[in-house]
Parts: sequence; structure tokens; C-alpha cells
Amino acid sequence: MSDLEQKIFDIVVDKTEVPRERLTRNASIKDLEISSLDFVEIVFAVEEEFDIEIPYNANTLDSDFGTLGDVIDAVAAEVAKQS
Amino acid sequence: MIRVAITGMGVVSAIGNDVETFRRALLDGRNGLLPPEGMDEVPKGISVVGQVRGFDAEGRLGKDRLPLLDPFAQFGLAAADEAIAMAGLDFRADPEVGHRSACIIGTGGAGIATLQDGFTRLFKEGKTRVNPFTVPRAMGNAACSHITMAHGITGPSFAVTSACASANHAIGLGFQMVRSGMADRAVVGGTEALVNFGNLKAWEALRVVSRDTCRPFSKDRTGMVVGEGAGVFVMERWEDAQARGATILAEMIGFGMSADAGDITFPSVEGAARSVQACLDDAGLRPGDVDHINAHGTATTANDATEAKVIRAVFGDHADRLPVSSTKSAHGHALGAAGGLELVACIVALQEGFIPATLNVTEIDPECPLDVVVNEGRRVPIVTALSNSFAFGGLNAVLAVRKA
Repeated sequence: MSDLEQKIFDIVVDKTEVPRERLTRNASIKDLEISSLDFVEIVFAVEEEFDIEIPYNANTLDSDFGTLGDVIDAVAAEVAKQS
Repeated sequence: MIRVAITGMGVVSAIGNDVETFRRALLDGRNGLLPPEGMDEVPKGISVVGQVRGFDAEGRLGKDRLPLLDPFAQFGLAAADEAIAMAGLDFRADPEVGHRSACIIGTGGAGIATLQDGFTRLFKEGKTRVNPFTVPRAMGNAACSHITMAHGITGPSFAVTSACASANHAIGLGFQMVRSGMADRAVVGGTEALVNFGNLKAWEALRVVSRDTCRPFSKDRTGMVVGEGAGVFVMERWEDAQARGATILAEMIGFGMSADAGDITFPSVEGAARSVQACLDDAGLRPGDVDHINAHGTATTANDATEAKVIRAVFGDHADRLPVSSTKSAHGHALGAAGGLELVACIVALQEGFIPATLNVTEIDPECPLDVVVNEGRRVPIVTALSNSFAFGGLNAVLAVRKA
């Protein structure tokens, strides 16, 4: 597991009640029952952690981010842009 | 039962800073949502706003008054001036006229621009002092108080706050006061001045703002557009209005309220439906009597799908023949002023026999199975209209008006 993945999972655990063992790249955000408000908090924390901006809109959560892997990829892409 | 007449209205908005300009904009289907103007920096997540433009504060209110007026009070006072002039009322004619008049003005953000300016000075510019009038400019009752002072309204007066339902709560309370005999007349409405950097950052942070523009009930909607402005009304006893030969714009006939007691941002079908039903009951209306709804219609995924369920739940099959429109697609979501702007839109609809268009709709979302008046207004005689406001925090307020 990459360092970036690790940090994102830490944030998800911190912001939600979801047990760590359920977090995988393939885990669906819907199945994990992460609410759109929790997701707003997660995105905020991730943006603060990596000093990036993620183009996230709560209205299109379902179509933009299906799995945690999608989130990780979006963060990795933004981090790559920064460096 | 005392009947309640609306004899004056005033508006400040992205599609007009007076009623006639606003009316023309609705009839023409003019879109007031544009990129923000006059800001050093615009938050990345904000594409367009329903900003008040070309508002001549000095001309409308006088230079001397401006130091004490946050933009939210300016908009509210200007709209009140227009409404009171239209009604042709002089509250100072006799002390009893003032004493028997109420003033209730809703606002969500109040003097947020004044606070922002003060914080910018302190925390960004390193200055040590703030505007000496920061407190009286920013306080939530500032708009209400200035309206009472300007016009000599000396009866029950206060501000109400319930986010996006603030104006409807204020208007409904004034209606109840006049109908119950507690006051003879009331100046009521909502006002909001929210198009500033700090507030737009706050909305951006919540991730509910549209990527492009406001597309209520459209399948491709991506959220709301922040607006601002004011809508203010004069209400009085029907018989008084007739006796003094005033022009009656519409009759206020019902008001319903409820709380979801659910989620702080996600609306509830059950809670909102109770407020719509309460309004129908209050007005003595059956579902089939309603000819038009000016929807809350924020264009967030959650609101519009919920509101469609609410309308279906209350109106059943009549919803197939019940034209719904969200004028937020033209003037943006004016939050604490929204119900004010939208009641002006309802009254214009009654007067003109014209349901304003819901702009920017590409395809009606199957999750919103309503008769949405799309892209062009519809000419149809209407008698009774509702105006929905379903606020963050689950506080709902619905108004009913009838053609005069």
C-alpha cells in the first residue's frame, strides 16, 4: 500500500465510523455508506493534507467517485500536478 | 376572518432592482446569472452568481445613510421603499398608523460583508481598528430597524432567520398578524447580500455549488448558484385597502410551516410535505385548486428530487397538470431573500397570467416527474399560486397567494 493510500485511509477512518479492514481500493463509497457530508469532510482533510484542490461536487458524487480507488487516483493526479 | 391584501411590493435582484425591471426580465426569460463582478479574487469553484448589479445605493438611499448600511440593509431598505411607495401608505400620518403596523424582515447571512471587511482589516491587512459601525451594520435586525426608522413603523418589529426560508417565515408571520387583528398592516420580506469572497468560499467549501449554472429539475444539474437581493411587501386588511382606494396586487391566503427534525442539510420529503399541506389547509385549498408552484428548486441533486416527491405526495395526480417553475434559474438562490424574490415572481405570474420559465433545463430528470415550465414561460390564466421554501436545517415555510 502506498503512503498516499495509507494517509487517505487514515483520513477516512478518522472522519467516518468505517472499520479500517473494510477500506480497499475497490471498496465502493456507496457500500461503505459514506454520506455526502462525511465525504465533504474527507475531501477537505485530504486537500489540507496534500495541499491540493480536488474538483469534487456533492451533487455528482455518485458519477465522479465510485470507489476509494477513484479518490486515490484523483489525489495522486493532483499531487503529480503540484510537483 | 380578516382578509389580507398585498398592496405594495419591492425587489432588488440579479434580474432587476425594481419590480418593473424584474417583471420584464421574467416575461423575457432573462438570465441574471453571470460571473462575479467587482471582486479581487473569485473562488475557483464559483462560475456564476446571481449578483445585484447597477444598484444605485446613493441615489436610492442617500449618501448620508450609507455608512450605517451593510449591503443587506441597503437592499432591504430599497425594496421596502419601493413597496411602501407602491402601496401609497404614510405610516407617519397618525401615530396610531405607525403603532398598528408591523415590520418583519428575514435574513440568513445578515451583515456578513461588514464582518468580512472587519476581519480582512484585522487579520490580513494587519490594521488594528474596524469600521466604527461594525456592530449596528452587521446585526441581523439592521435591515428591519432601518425600515422602521425610515418609515415610522412603530408596532411589532423584528428579524427572523431560517436560512433559505427566512423570507417566507417573515412574510407568513406578518400575514398571520394582520389576519388575526394583532396588527393592521405589515411590511414583510427578506434581504440578503452574499456575493462576496468569504461567503462564496463558504459555499464552495460545502461542495453544493453548480459547476456551470443553475439548472433546476434538469438531469444534468450540478448544484445551486448563490444569489442575493431583497423582496419586501406591504400587507393590510382587505377592507382598509379597498376603503382607501389602494391597488390590490394579490391576496395572501395561506401559510404553512414545519421542521424536518432530520438532517442539517439533506431535506426530508415528509417534513417539507407537511408544510405544503399545512399551507393548503390554512388557505382552505384542495390540491386541485392550485394553479402554479414557484418551487424551492435550488438545482441541487437532493433538493429537486425531494421536492418532486413532496409535490407528488401532496398533489397526487394533479401534479401532472400543475405547472412548476424555479425562478432561481434566473436570479440565483437568494437564500434569506429567496422567498421574497419568489413571491414577487408569483404575484407577477398571477397578474400577467404568465408562468415564468425555469431556465437552463436540458432534459427533465426522471427523478423529478413534474410539469416543469421549461426554458420559455407559459401563458395561462392562473388564480392561485404557492411559493415553497425548504431551508437548510430542515425548516420549511410555504405561502399561498390568490389573484386579486
